[in-house]
Amino acid sequence: MENLIGLLVLVPLLGAGVLLCGGRRLDSSAPWIGTLLAALSFVIGAVLFAGMLGRDGEDRELGTTVFSWVPVGDFRADVGFQLDQLSMTFVLLITGVGSLIHLYSIGYMAHDERRRRFFGYLNLFLAAMLLLVVADNYLLLYVGWEGVGLASYLLIGFWQHKPSAATAAKKAFLVNRVGDVGLSIAIMLMFTTFGTFAFGPVLEGADRAGEGKLTAIGLVLLLAACGKSAQVPLQSWLGDAMEGPTPVSALIHAATMVTAGVYLITRSGAIFDGAPDAQTAVVTVGAVTLLFGAIVGCAKDDIKKALAGSTMSQIGYMILAAGLGPIGYAFAIMHLVTHGFFKAGLFLGAGSVMHGMNDEVDMRRYGGLRSYMPVTFVTFGLGYLAIIGFPGLSGFFSKDKIIEAAFAKGGTEGWILGGTALLGAAITAYYMTRVMILTFFGEKRWQPDAAGEPPHPHESPRTMTVPMIVLAFGSVFAGGLFSLNDAFLNWLEPVTGHAEGHSPVTAVQVTAATMVVLFVGVALAWAQYGRAPVPVTAPRGNVLVRAARRDLLQDDVNHIVLVRGGEHLTRSLVYLDHTVVDGVVNGTAASVGGLSGRMRRLQNGFARSYAVSMFGGAAVLVAATLLMRAV
Amino acid sequence: MNPVNYLYLAALLFTIGAAGVLIRRNAIVIFMCIELMLNACNLAFVTFSRMHGNLDGQIIAFFTMVVAAAEVVIGLAIIVTIFRSRHSASVDDAGLLKL
Repeated sequence: MENLIGLLVLVPLLGAGVLLCGGRRLDSSAPWIGTLLAALSFVIGAVLFAGMLGRDGEDRELGTTVFSWVPVGDFRADVGFQLDQLSMTFVLLITGVGSLIHLYSIGYMAHDERRRRFFGYLNLFLAAMLLLVVADNYLLLYVGWEGVGLASYLLIGFWQHKPSAATAAKKAFLVNRVGDVGLSIAIMLMFTTFGTFAFGPVLEGADRAGEGKLTAIGLVLLLAACGKSAQVPLQSWLGDAMEGPTPVSALIHAATMVTAGVYLITRSGAIFDGAPDAQTAVVTVGAVTLLFGAIVGCAKDDIKKALAGSTMSQIGYMILAAGLGPIGYAFAIMHLVTHGFFKAGLFLGAGSVMHGMNDEVDMRRYGGLRSYMPVTFVTFGLGYLAIIGFPGLSGFFSKDKIIEAAFAKGGTEGWILGGTALLGAAITAYYMTRVMILTFFGEKRWQPDAAGEPPHPHESPRTMTVPMIVLAFGSVFAGGLFSLNDAFLNWLEPVTGHAEGHSPVTAVQVTAATMVVLFVGVALAWAQYGRAPVPVTAPRGNVLVRAARRDLLQDDVNHIVLVRGGEHLTRSLVYLDHTVVDGVVNGTAASVGGLSGRMRRLQNGFARSYAVSMFGGAAVLVAATLLMRAV
Repeated sequence: MNPVNYLYLAALLFTIGAAGVLIRRNAIVIFMCIELMLNACNLAFVTFSRMHGNLDGQIIAFFTMVVAAAEVVIGLAIIVTIFRSRHSASVDDAGLLKL
């Protein structure tokens, strides 16, 4: 059973190797090879899951050490895998949703010449993410973490002939590096504090380490999570990452990559539990991001960027829940899974719409597509209902729990967090309704593409619709299934623990409030976009709208603070180098040169004058000797 | 006779030699003056040897003679070569190595 865990990672890795090194003769079969290997990985995950269900709560964890990676004296870094309920949840999400996205890509990338490479990268992405979640120590997790960064770079920049895609890939990579530095510092701090970086000893020993150390580790872990999960202040890469092919966006947003930060924080729960200050930082980041992403999502006319803002916001919910401690961990993961279903479904739906509309991404040029793309409309619509938290669908159960948990934090903090989460829910309802109305309802605002060809929207091929249908099922039923008898909570409890907070408001009140804000959000969006005609070119809008279109000035802030700041720093360093360092060196050289120019005059070429100086010198020496003796 | 007188003589000879080295231009004459200085030193060594009653000074004098003989051989060879090429034995003319 334990050996299967390694196989889980190895299968997609093998796929990546075969596809990337296989050469042209694999071109036609590559999509199917990649998809089959991803599906095989899912089957292995399912077998492990079945085995895990057969055991009781406490013995469900599997662990195995494969080989000793860096044995140096007393220092040991092993390659070892650990599969507990938390990892298992991720494994199933990654391989399940990942396989569906592979299947979808067969249709979506059918006309791309470089699809062999594309599927190789997708498999690499899965392998890296799986390694990240089944690693049994932070160092191996870091390997997967970096692998995810690499694969995302390759995939975001997959259409590298477009300068914007190449730039977006670089941006994603660089912003992620900032977070990665945080994780590497965290690992070093863990090593100095605990002498190891295996999960077991670190997390069990966490309560014996001082609070200061735990806070430091927690904060750098948060930095790492911010980078991978696109949380404020390292969120700027996510919107630009939409330059990649749509299946990549779905993969990044639903199954891999952005979920890594939530995993990291939940996995390191013991560290955060001992560091209340770090937890406060986590919930602050989560709360700020959930509003930030939602506001950005409201203003974007690019369907994928609107969804990207939405992802940022939903991950914000998860980080917020994870920062609440044991009252929130399980709900963070539950929302992560349900979000995986509906966000993957929404992205695949968006890709399907783009596929039918000549790759147009501006929602103001869609409209009235519901009768042309019925399957896309229904699946996207179910995903939409799920994400806004329509009663009975997945998002309703998971998001409601997070809002409840936020209130249950207690005190003023609880009210602020709960209020923010509620406000976020209202904005979510608003922007998702906007996306829905602009795309599928209203009159047709289709525009001919650059070649003058008017779009002929049509339903996508079967390989694309089947994954969307499966994901729609997940979006509808997953939340309900998870909440049945608190099934998901009980499943994760042995790993994350669970505590009930003392909520000032009852669950019924929270649900009622959520319904009210949901209704308000939908009604506002309908009043703005459903009743009135939608202009094809975006109106100028007020200051806030314009700022939100520019991602709330995140790039401008980065430019002013980091780019300009960096330029000024380097310029002043160059100036310092030119004046002070070069000044000392050049000054020394010049003074030696000048002095020797003077000294040179002494050598006039007359042997007799040299003789005079010799005699003079000798006379001085004799005089000095005599003088010394006299004294 | 008081040995100090020999020392006076040695000092006188040395001064004459030194003055000759500094004043004269002809390399041969300078050379002879250097010999004069060396011999003044020898005289002083021998005198001191006598005054202190040990032979160290006399031995040093022999060494000086050997060194002086070697120096004469090389020095004269150089002077003759310079004279051949430049038709002059004036040390002031031999400034070719100066930049």
